[in-house]
Amino acid sequence: MSLTLLEGNEAVAWGAHRAGCNFFAGYPITPATTILNTMMKILPPKGGICIQGEDEIASMGFCLGASMAGMKVMTATSGPGISLYSENISFAIGSEIPIVIIDVQRLGPSTGSATKGADGDIQFLRWGNSGGLPVIVLAPMDVTDCYLLTVHAFNLAESFRCPVFIASNKEIGMTRESLDLDAVALPPMVQRTIAPDNAPYLPFAITGISGIPDFMPVGGKTIARQTSSTHGPDGYITVDPEVISKNQARLCNKLEASLDTFTFYEEHMKEDAEVLVITYGISARSVMAAAKKCSASGTQVSVLALKTLWPIPEALIKKKASGYKRVLVVEMNLGQYVHEIRRILSDHSVGFLGQMDGNLITPSQIEEFITHA
Amino acid sequence: MHSFINSSRPPAYCPGCSHEVVTRALDKAFSQMDLHETQVVIVSDIGCSGLFDTFFNTHAFHGLHGRALTYATGIKLARPDLHVVVTMGDGGLGIGGAHLLSTCRRNIDITLLILNNFNYGMTGGQFSATTPQDALMGSGFLNQIEKPMDACRVMRAAGASYVTRISAYQSDLSAEMEQAIRFNGFSAMDIWGICPGRYTRQNKTTFKTIQTGIESLPPYHGPVPENLREEYGEQYRQKASTQKPLPAPMEVARKFPALFNDRKEILILGSAGQRIVTAGEILSYAGLTAGLHATQKNDYPITVLRGHSACDVILSPDKIDYAGITAPDVILALGQEGIDRKKALFSTCREDTLVLVDSKAEIPDCRGTILSIDFKGKKIKRQDMAMAALSLLAQQKRLISPDMLETALGIRFKGSTLDGVLELVKQSAVLENNG
Repeated sequence: MSLTLLEGNEAVAWGAHRAGCNFFAGYPITPATTILNTMMKILPPKGGICIQGEDEIASMGFCLGASMAGMKVMTATSGPGISLYSENISFAIGSEIPIVIIDVQRLGPSTGSATKGADGDIQFLRWGNSGGLPVIVLAPMDVTDCYLLTVHAFNLAESFRCPVFIASNKEIGMTRESLDLDAVALPPMVQRTIAPDNAPYLPFAITGISGIPDFMPVGGKTIARQTSSTHGPDGYITVDPEVISKNQARLCNKLEASLDTFTFYEEHMKEDAEVLVITYGISARSVMAAAKKCSASGTQVSVLALKTLWPIPEALIKKKASGYKRVLVVEMNLGQYVHEIRRILSDHSVGFLGQMDGNLITPSQIEEFITHA
Repeated sequence: MHSFINSSRPPAYCPGCSHEVVTRALDKAFSQMDLHETQVVIVSDIGCSGLFDTFFNTHAFHGLHGRALTYATGIKLARPDLHVVVTMGDGGLGIGGAHLLSTCRRNIDITLLILNNFNYGMTGGQFSATTPQDALMGSGFLNQIEKPMDACRVMRAAGASYVTRISAYQSDLSAEMEQAIRFNGFSAMDIWGICPGRYTRQNKTTFKTIQTGIESLPPYHGPVPENLREEYGEQYRQKASTQKPLPAPMEVARKFPALFNDRKEILILGSAGQRIVTAGEILSYAGLTAGLHATQKNDYPITVLRGHSACDVILSPDKIDYAGITAPDVILALGQEGIDRKKALFSTCREDTLVLVDSKAEIPDCRGTILSIDFKGKKIKRQDMAMAALSLLAQQKRLISPDMLETALGIRFKGSTLDGVLELVKQSAVLENNG
C-alpha cells in the first residue's frame, strides 16, 4: 500500500484532472484558494485553461461561456462567492450548462470567518437560485471523497447538463490528509451527448428517453444558440405556457428520476442499535468516532452518512431509518438539513445537534448527546 | 451579398430605433468580411441590445445583464478561431463595469459594440451611466446629481487597445465595424443612437444632436497607440506552453514498521518563521513511511512572519475519523505565541504526554512529562528548533524512528536544502545528551 498526502482542495483539483476538466476560472478566497492555485499548475501545461476572474461573477461567466463552447469546466469559492455566483447558477440550471462548482464552506454569515469551518451553505446551495429548480449537491467527508466525488461531479454535470456542487468545508479543504489513490474506484469518464449531425439541430429539443437535450458546442459546424431567457426547444424565447411548464417539469424530473444512480452514502449499521445518526460532511467523522465510543460502553449506534445531499435521497433515508426508535441529525450549522429529515421522517422523533462557532463538533459532544439527551 | 440576418426572425425594434441601423450595419460588416455563419458568435445581455443575437443567423449566447463580456471571454479562450462580437447597451456598460475594465486590461480578441442610447429603454427610460445630467428621465432627478461616464475615456484609461466613438448614423458604420472586428485584440465601439420609445420623448435627439455631441468630445478612432500590445489569448497560450507539468501527487510506500498501534495526537506550537508547518508535514510524511494514516491542520494568522503558528498532526494505523486534537500524546512547545494560542489544550495532557518545551518559553501547568530544552544554549537557531525537536523524537524512537525521519526529509526536500536539514538532524544529537 502507498499513501499520498494531500489537502482536500488539492484532491479536488486532481479529481478534476482525472475527470477531464480542461477549463477552470476562479477568484481567490480563503479557504478555497488552493484549488485555484493547484489548477493553475495542472491545466496550462497540458493545454487547458486556468484563469483568475476580476470577481466571482466573471469567473462563473468565463466558465459558462467555455462550457457552451464544449469544455469541461469547474470553479471554486466559499460562501461569499456562492452569493455572487447566484445569477449564473440560475442560468446554468435553466439553460442546462454543465459546470462543477466547489464550495469550500467557511463560517458565515457574510464574510464571517475566513479560516473557520462550517456547513452553513447546505440549504443555500439548493435554494440560492431564482426559480428554485433542483441542483445536485455532493458532500465529501474526507480527502478521498474530495477526489472521488469531484470525478462523479463532472460525470453528473456532463450527463445531466446541470451545475453540480461539491459542498466541502474548510476543515476538509485545508486539512492535509493521507489517502490511497490507487484504492479509489473511479467511475469511467462520461462526456455529454453530442447531437447527431444528420438532422436539423434544435438546442433544447428532447429526442431520446434521457430527457436531456443533446449538445452542440457554440462555435461548432452547426449553429448553436444559448439563452438565459425562458425558451422553447429552438432556444428562442417562448411565451407558450404549455411549452414552459413542460420544460420546467423536465428540469426537475431529469435529476429526480435518476437520483438512484447517484445516491452516494456510507453506513455503519448495528443490528441491535436503537439510535440512528444521520449526518454528512466533516461531522460524519465525529459521529463515527462517537459511535465507536458508545459501542465500547454498551450503547449501539448506527450511522448514515449522506454524500448526496440534493436532490434529497428520500427513499434511502426512509428505508435506513425504518425500525429505529430515535433518529439524530448532526451538522455543522444551527439546523438546516435536519428540516428535511424531520419532513421525511415525520413519524420519527428526530433530535438535533448542531454548532456554529468555527469548531468541529467533537465525538464527546455527540456521545453525550446520544447517551444523555 | 450574403446576409447574416435570421430570415425567420427579422429584426423588430420600435419605429425609428437606431438599433435597427446598427443591426443592418453589422450584417453588412459580416458580409463584407466574407465570413461563414458558424465562424461568428454574437454574445448579448439584457435590454434592447440583447435582441441582437436573435436577429442573426450565427452562433448565439444570450446571458445576464452586464455579463456578456465574461461569457465572450470564456468562449474566445475555448475557441480562439471564432469571431466573438458582444452587443451591450449603456445599461450593461454600467452594471458590468468591472468586466469592462478587466476586458480592456486583458486585451482579448473580442469586439464590443456599445449601443449607447443614454437610458434604460426596456424598463421605461431610467437613467444610465451615460445619461446627460440635464436630461429628463423616468427616474426623477437622480441623473442630475450623477456625472455621466465617457465610455471611451474609461476604456482607454483601462488599457483598451482599440476604441472608436461613432454615430449610429455615420455612413461608413459597417466599414468601421469591420475594422474593429478584424483588429487582433480587444476592440470597442461606443455607438451613439436614438431611443425613440423612451429617451427622445422628453429629450430631443436627432442625427445632428448626436453628431454634435460626439464632436464636442475628444475623438476616438481605432487603435490606441499607448495601449497596443499582443493579444491576451496568444500570450496565454505562449506562456502556458512553457510551463512544466505538475508531477502527479507523490505516493509514499510503507518501508518501516510503525512504532505504535493506536492513534497519536501531536501539537507543534510556535511562532511564524519557525517552520512549524513544515515540521508538521515532515512528521506526517514520516508516518506515511510506516504505512500510518495522517492528518495535518495548520493554524496561523493572515500576517506572514508575524504571530502564532500551530500545527495539529494525527498519526494512526487506522483511517482517521475525528481530525481534531482531544488529548495530545506529544506537544512540541517551541514558541510563546503558539503556546498561548492553544493553552487550553495543555489541560488535556495525560501523565504520559511528552511536553518538549523550549527553556525560554512558558507553558501552562499540565500533567504531562516535561522535557525542557535550551535550544539557544545548544546553538540551535529559532527557525531550526522544530526540526531539531523532530530529530530528538526520532532519536528517542518516540512516534518516529531516525529512518522514518530521514526518508520523510528526502520526500520533502531535495539537493542542498536536504543536505542542510540532514546536517541539522545530526547536530541535534547534542540535545539528547542534555535533555
